[in-house]
Amino acid sequence: MRPEPGGCCCRRTVRANGCVANGEVRNGYVRSSAAAAAAAAAGQDFVSLYQDFENFYTRNLYMRIRDNWNRPICSVPGARVDIMERQSHDYNWSFKYTGNIIKGVINMGSYNYLGFARNTGSCQEAAAKVLEEYGAGVCSTRQEIGNLDKHEELEELVARFLGVEAAMAYGMGFATNSMNIPALVGKGCLILSDELNHASLVLGARLSGATIRIFKHNNMQSLEKLLKDAIVYGQPRTRRPWKKILILVEGIYSMEGSIVRLPEVIALKKKYKAYLYLDEAHSIGALGPTGRGVVEYFGLDPEDVDVMMGTFTKSFGASGGYIGGKKELIDYLRTHSHSAVYATSLSPPVVEQIITSMKCIMGQDGTSLGKECVQQLAENTRYFRRRLKEMGFIIYGNEDSPVVPLMLYMPAKIGAFGREMLKRNIGVVVVGFPATPIIESRARFCLSAAHTKEILDTALKEIDEVGDLLQLKYSRHRLVPLLDRPFDETTYEETED
Amino acid sequence: MATATEQWVLVEMVQALYEAPAYHLILEGILILWIIRLLFSKTYKLQERSDLTVKEKEELIEEWQPEPLVPPVPKDHPALNYNIVSGPPSHKTVVNGKECINFASFNFLGLLDNPRVKAAALASLKKYGVGTCGPRGFYGTFDVHLDLEDRLAKFMKTEEAIIYSYGFATIASAIPAYSKRGDIVFVDRAACFAIQKGLQASRSDIKLFKHNDMADLERLLKEQEIEDQKNPRKARVTRRFIVVEGLYMNTGTICPLPELVKLKYKYKARIFLEESLSFGVLGEHGRGVTEHYGINIDDIDLISANMENALASIGGFCCGRSFVIDHQRLSGQGYCFSASLPPLLAAAAIEALNIMEENPGIFAVLKEKCGQIHKALQGISGLKVVGESLSPAFHLQLEESTGSREQDVRLLQEIVDQCMNRSIALTQARYLEKEEKCLPPPRVFSGLETSRFIWEYRVQAAEELERRVLRPGAKSGRLQESPLGSLNALPAHSARPGFGRSLCIRVVVTVEQTEEELERAASTIKEVAQAVLL
Repeated sequence: MRPEPGGCCCRRTVRANGCVANGEVRNGYVRSSAAAAAAAAAGQDFVSLYQDFENFYTRNLYMRIRDNWNRPICSVPGARVDIMERQSHDYNWSFKYTGNIIKGVINMGSYNYLGFARNTGSCQEAAAKVLEEYGAGVCSTRQEIGNLDKHEELEELVARFLGVEAAMAYGMGFATNSMNIPALVGKGCLILSDELNHASLVLGARLSGATIRIFKHNNMQSLEKLLKDAIVYGQPRTRRPWKKILILVEGIYSMEGSIVRLPEVIALKKKYKAYLYLDEAHSIGALGPTGRGVVEYFGLDPEDVDVMMGTFTKSFGASGGYIGGKKELIDYLRTHSHSAVYATSLSPPVVEQIITSMKCIMGQDGTSLGKECVQQLAENTRYFRRRLKEMGFIIYGNEDSPVVPLMLYMPAKIGAFGREMLKRNIGVVVVGFPATPIIESRARFCLSAAHTKEILDTALKEIDEVGDLLQLKYSRHRLVPLLDRPFDETTYEETED
Repeated sequence: MATATEQWVLVEMVQALYEAPAYHLILEGILILWIIRLLFSKTYKLQERSDLTVKEKEELIEEWQPEPLVPPVPKDHPALNYNIVSGPPSHKTVVNGKECINFASFNFLGLLDNPRVKAAALASLKKYGVGTCGPRGFYGTFDVHLDLEDRLAKFMKTEEAIIYSYGFATIASAIPAYSKRGDIVFVDRAACFAIQKGLQASRSDIKLFKHNDMADLERLLKEQEIEDQKNPRKARVTRRFIVVEGLYMNTGTICPLPELVKLKYKYKARIFLEESLSFGVLGEHGRGVTEHYGINIDDIDLISANMENALASIGGFCCGRSFVIDHQRLSGQGYCFSASLPPLLAAAAIEALNIMEENPGIFAVLKEKCGQIHKALQGISGLKVVGESLSPAFHLQLEESTGSREQDVRLLQEIVDQCMNRSIALTQARYLEKEEKCLPPPRVFSGLETSRFIWEYRVQAAEELERRVLRPGAKSGRLQESPLGSLNALPAHSARPGFGRSLCIRVVVTVEQTEEELERAASTIKEVAQAVLL
């Protein structure tokens, strides 16, 4: 259901890649031999620590445009952000800070969906109080002596927020996946994973020792076929039946902007008695009428999802991750999670930030602020996506998804787009290979409830201009008014205009 | 000549054909047809390709019953009910409603409660808020992160440092950033869990050497050298790493770094050093085990440590030469794909570093206190002290196991509980028994039990067993690998010999504990242990 750019555009993209690669072969030799010489001098004929060749594409293409990433900021990552200006006199091999600060850059890059990244207000005050009382660190693990009353309070609240029996919180979102999946599945189990799953899910799956099979992104036929074959044919070679099957999906895919087809996944999971692990890193807080994530968005029962995972980094403006589910699951994780035994627990002020922001979303702080934020985000999302489409850009993903990928296709346009936008005081995220397929470089906007209409309009105006400048308006479709669209209930990822 | 003869034979054959009787011709004809049939027909039937019908498939699907997602946890599981700490987990802390002196948190320098650290974190909180809302690449790099990296590099006297937002993820991401499939990692058997996970993620070949046994390491390195000489082409691209800890979390012992450096240059294997316990503890200025031994830090290829112990913040860092560290900025998974460290925690770490730099005397004080309690705890009947006297975290182990692991756990927990009742907060060191590669089985004979590294013997015994029984034909060269083998080949829940963890009570010393408190703790532990064990 994706809009396609013209064939000409694809060919040009491929050709552009070829040119880059060709040119780089020459340059690459010079550079890598210089680097190798330096490494060898330092390494005294040790086997070289890494081969430049390994990351040939990344290193060479990335180096030329790496000023678009890791831009250091020096303010709250809110709707507007201050960026430290830097310069490079050696084609991005090194950066110098000029000492200037680019003030008030419109922030379209941070995952600040509900606008809780703030240095004032109730969250900050509560966190400050806890910080003064508890200090910043914990210095122990949950199972030893790092289980604070604050952690217990948080977990109870998370469970209530999600509508599950129990929940557990961890110190890092990435590690929540990579350290808990191995506790759930092991050898003789099968993991069915979406091809676009986040690196943390992939790592967790690998560490678990289970067999991993990949299904096409959000493709239910592909998933069903894998499920059916898995049960019918059992494990390869031994032909024993699988012990259990775990499906790994994300709520919103961060590079694609698509929303998982959860109703169908749940139907399949029930039919084939598989278990479902749902990673709501981007969707919790950002989807659903009251911000309860993708489950609420589709009006489903949280009971049907076996493992509800998510992070506090994004919508809650804090850090860390959680897992929610049945009491047995959480009890098991409390005793067997790698994170609970070996990793330091969440920092108390961070916990307090989560508690306060979550209560705010739930309306427990006595205001309707949280609810307004959720609504604002939904409005911003629809408005922004609609306007971009009207301008003729190709936009991926679901129209309710606050992650908005704008297709650039050609790698050469990655750098150009990022720089042109920063020139116009707008900070955007641009991504290319290896995070996306080679011919599908893109820019990504993350909407926030903190964005006002005025900010969005300014951003849209500039995007429009840069779009003309760089010839990014690939779409050959003209926007059809919403009502005229044929209704197709299987298409959650409605982008065909 | 030859052709003439051949022609003659041919003519004879044709003549013979004419002269042959009919039945013979028919027989020959049948035989020829038979041969042709044999040649062209399948000699055996391939496995009967009777595809399952849709109905059969449905039946199979109907029939399949998966295991439950998680097995039930017994209500009395020792790890199910956590201690609840109300209020800050600092020097004096309230555990399960009772105020105790904290001998369990890794707050070595007492910086958790430090007003300066808190003030710095607070200032940062007021400027940046709490979260970073993004990974380092996408507007998640704050000036505080750059400052902290700079300060850490300067403090450690290395070219560059890189910070991670989670201590565990630091070494677990750093190892697979360099070590890939086909590379070889020599690792101490007492290595901590984060290292094990890093090794598993790297999918490299893993060779375990006996804890702190340099002869054993050299033996493995030599074997590898011989192997390399056989296949020099492969050896040219096979990276070799030695992964060790400064102070071992699992044993409280210090690694013999000078010998390791010698071996490094002799056998061209890079050293990765995990300093989570030794950073901010060992050495005159708290730079860790390199400073302790007076070793040039550039001889170590990569040092990693977390900021969750001595620095009393959250997160971890790696430091070393720029061309080494910089590689992680694109290849360290925990760095690239995770949200960055909340700025307030980075600010707390910077202030903690400031304090460490301003009070270098603090490390001597800590060392003295460690020595004091170490000495005071000697000679408890039934419990033995394991770990270096300069280690602020060391272990008390049962001198004689009761024979069952559960029983031992209960016994130790009893000691911990009673100490807690008498206002000394201790904890058992927790391990995931199935996950730690290869726990020693409960054993009864105590001759070896009193040895300091029990599992060593158990592993030897297991190797011996394997040598004799399981793999009678195996060459001795393979033997060291086989039980230790590549970890990635091991299922996550396997219980083959390898790493092993002894049950123990952990005692943590901090500078905040006064002499009287240390004495009181030692005498309490002594009394309780005697009451429980005798």
